[in-house]
Amino acid sequence: MSLAYLIRRLGAVIVVLAIVTLAVFAITAVLPGNAALMVLGENATPDALAAMERQLGLDQPLAVQYLDWIGGVLRGDFGTSLRLQLPVAQVVGEAFWHSAALAVIALVTVTVVAIPLGTLAALRRGTAWDLGIGLFSYVGTALPEFVTATLLLVVFAAPDGPILPAGGFVAPGEDFGGFLLHAVLPSATLGMILLAHISRQVRSEMSEVLSSDYVRAARLKGVKERRVILRHALPNALIPAVTVISLDIGYLLGGIIVVEEIFAWPGLGRLLIYALQNRDLPVIQAVVLLLAVVYALSNLAADLVIAWLDPRVRYA
Amino acid sequence: MRRLLSSPTGIAGCLLLLLVFVAALFGPWIAPYDPQEFHVTARLQGPGPEFLLGTDQYGRDLLSRLLNGAPATVLFGLGATALGVGAGSVIGVIAGVAGGRVDSVIMRVLDGLLAMPELLFTLLIVSFLGGGTGQAMLAVAVTFTPGMARIARGATLSVRTREYVLAAIARGESRAWIVGREVLPNALGPIIVEATIRVSFAIMIGATLGFLGLGAQPPSTEWGLMVSEARQYMFRNPWCVIVPGLAIAITAMGFNLFGDALRDAFDPRRTR
Repeated sequence: MSLAYLIRRLGAVIVVLAIVTLAVFAITAVLPGNAALMVLGENATPDALAAMERQLGLDQPLAVQYLDWIGGVLRGDFGTSLRLQLPVAQVVGEAFWHSAALAVIALVTVTVVAIPLGTLAALRRGTAWDLGIGLFSYVGTALPEFVTATLLLVVFAAPDGPILPAGGFVAPGEDFGGFLLHAVLPSATLGMILLAHISRQVRSEMSEVLSSDYVRAARLKGVKERRVILRHALPNALIPAVTVISLDIGYLLGGIIVVEEIFAWPGLGRLLIYALQNRDLPVIQAVVLLLAVVYALSNLAADLVIAWLDPRVRYA
Repeated sequence: MRRLLSSPTGIAGCLLLLLVFVAALFGPWIAPYDPQEFHVTARLQGPGPEFLLGTDQYGRDLLSRLLNGAPATVLFGLGATALGVGAGSVIGVIAGVAGGRVDSVIMRVLDGLLAMPELLFTLLIVSFLGGGTGQAMLAVAVTFTPGMARIARGATLSVRTREYVLAAIARGESRAWIVGREVLPNALGPIIVEATIRVSFAIMIGATLGFLGLGAQPPSTEWGLMVSEARQYMFRNPWCVIVPGLAIAITAMGFNLFGDALRDAFDPRRTR
């Protein structure tokens, strides 16, 4: 992979993130509700309010506030949570790992299940398998996370004899089995839409590749069917699937907000809703920025994987 | 239209949408009960001859509530999408036609906005605007705007150098005339396809906001709110969450299937 390509893509990501910081700051600046009032409560005296505003830097012009914030962010200092009275970096950092664990479990499971499923549907085109997988993928994309989550809870977590825990979190360091058990329903919910998207994408690319000349040539050459599919067809069918997966990270990050709220999983999503309800601006800014960074980096990673899979892109 | 109905996806999409639109147009009139009426003796019932889809925790008829909420749900999806598509198309066409520096500034800003996951963006805007159906609709519309602008710009760029546009320029037509009469009608195809699929997202996001308590407020019959209100009782009567949940899924699926079929009909290469 050429270095110039890498540098160009990285430059684009940095520009986008710079714009994101502006957008995030602008949105939090126009949020109604006075942060100083939130910290001190309704009964604060005007003097105390003014002092608090000074302390929070709210009396400064917006441009100065923005530069202050950005300067802190670049040094790794995200300020102090107005509600929790803890450093934002610490609060958000902890939540980040909880969310990341959930997202990775969901993404890995989905990828492992969706690729064989899509391949199977493409190989058995027009059969009941294909139809079933297709139907499932259409239903899957039409179910919002909160509906999937609620239905899963009805089936697996009924109070009389629950099969799986209805919510909560166990630290993996304390009890790894318990951690996984608690992650099953949230990650299954997150995975539903992704599974539907990715398997449909793999199916449609795979059926196109299977009818291509090079697959026919490989078959005529007498290559074993297994090898034709795994070595010749699948890598080419996966290129567009990688793009879909990277776009789906956006859904995943949005879905995580709802899923964590429903299953009481102490991650970024739950933290964000808490911070929004309490107007905890530094926390809101940090969480939104972090989610945008993850999204941008995952898109970058997908581009790099594609460039690695497909030599044509590298030189484009 | 014939091409639309020739694929199984198209037929399924049209049938589902027909069902949804009948419910939306006539729902409030064909509902068997008042959607807010408490039937105290028949709380949390399953489907039966008296209450076809069962009742919720106050004994309100689920079918009536569902039918009553249908117009709002469909209007929400269509309204949010129309607003987002409208604003996005204007921005996208301006960027595409203007080109140069205007284009690159608009595109960079759009990239920045698109770098936030959709639901996250919507949540931020809703917390700025405050809860409520109208606010939620506006928030979804704003969320859709950057993506639609990008698609509209792409469509504009692809027709900008066609012969008929060049001919209009050569004839000395005004810029507004060219955009309105030559560029826009020909760039409309991809915009309409994307818009149709987005209606289903809009409905899903709207329901999610209702569920989170940031959209429609009680005692509204918004479907997401119905799920959220009934959650405490779902183990005693799963129907009160299944019924509105499936209604959301069916509506979203209808628009999805229809949009997919529409795309295939517009683009014969994609028929598979």
